[in-house]
Amino acid sequence: MARDPKKKPLSVDQKRYTEMVEALAPKPTYLRNAMLAYLFGGLVSVVGQLLTDFYRLAFDMSPQEAGNPASATVIFIASLLTGLGVFDKIARYAGAGLSVPVTGFANSMVSSALEFKREGLVLGVGSKMFILAGSVITFGVVTAFIIGLIYAIFVY
Amino acid sequence: MDWKLYVMAFLVGGGICMLAQLVLDFTKLTPGHVLTGLTVIGGILGGLGLYEPFKKIAGGGATMPISSFGNALVQGAISEAKRTGVIGVLTGMFELTSTGITAAIVFGFFTALIFDPKD
Repeated sequence: MARDPKKKPLSVDQKRYTEMVEALAPKPTYLRNAMLAYLFGGLVSVVGQLLTDFYRLAFDMSPQEAGNPASATVIFIASLLTGLGVFDKIARYAGAGLSVPVTGFANSMVSSALEFKREGLVLGVGSKMFILAGSVITFGVVTAFIIGLIYAIFVY
Repeated sequence: MDWKLYVMAFLVGGGICMLAQLVLDFTKLTPGHVLTGLTVIGGILGGLGLYEPFKKIAGGGATMPISSFGNALVQGAISEAKRTGVIGVLTGMFELTSTGITAAIVFGFFTALIFDPKD
């Protein structure tokens, strides 16, 4: 019996199957993900600001200068947490909240270095460290080069 | 210490991360694409002279996200270009980002030496 499959109504079994699949499929967690990213991203930013103020007051630096040791400290903390295996556990909830700040940059380098450690210090740790961070550096530098060139030729 | 700056840091830093998370969840872009895109956006905003005022308003909310890296590259290139012209673009590029890159390489290297990958 040749019938148009589009017009064929779903059998009871098929309907039940669809319902079962929908009940079992993971619910979209967009709202939760977004809120957690906001919370963790905000917290990292506050910690960054706290460290900037600490270096500014403790070492009598300008806010501009104090940003450098502040990010270095955050990078150190993120590296340590990655080495201890804690970072990935938090990042599972925090998502972009930890990967967008400088913590994510540090984590990408440390986790790549660790992952390829078995390939040796030179070919593993040394070169694979930039496997994720390399793209950020490359595109950042190319952007800055073009903008710098525009300034050098047309503005100054 | 200015408490308003801390509120702004939380709101802005969190906001940038939330936007990135939404892009990750609703598009097929990978974290690598999003981070690279944010770096380029930060660089362009820096080139337009908008990122430094943004840092004054949002503090850590502007300096912690990776867009700050793009801006720092541009500021380094521009400030040296002002002094020495085209060559300055090359010499000044990493002037401001040196701390971050050096710290990440050194800490990353020693962390990899000390620890072993988990499972």
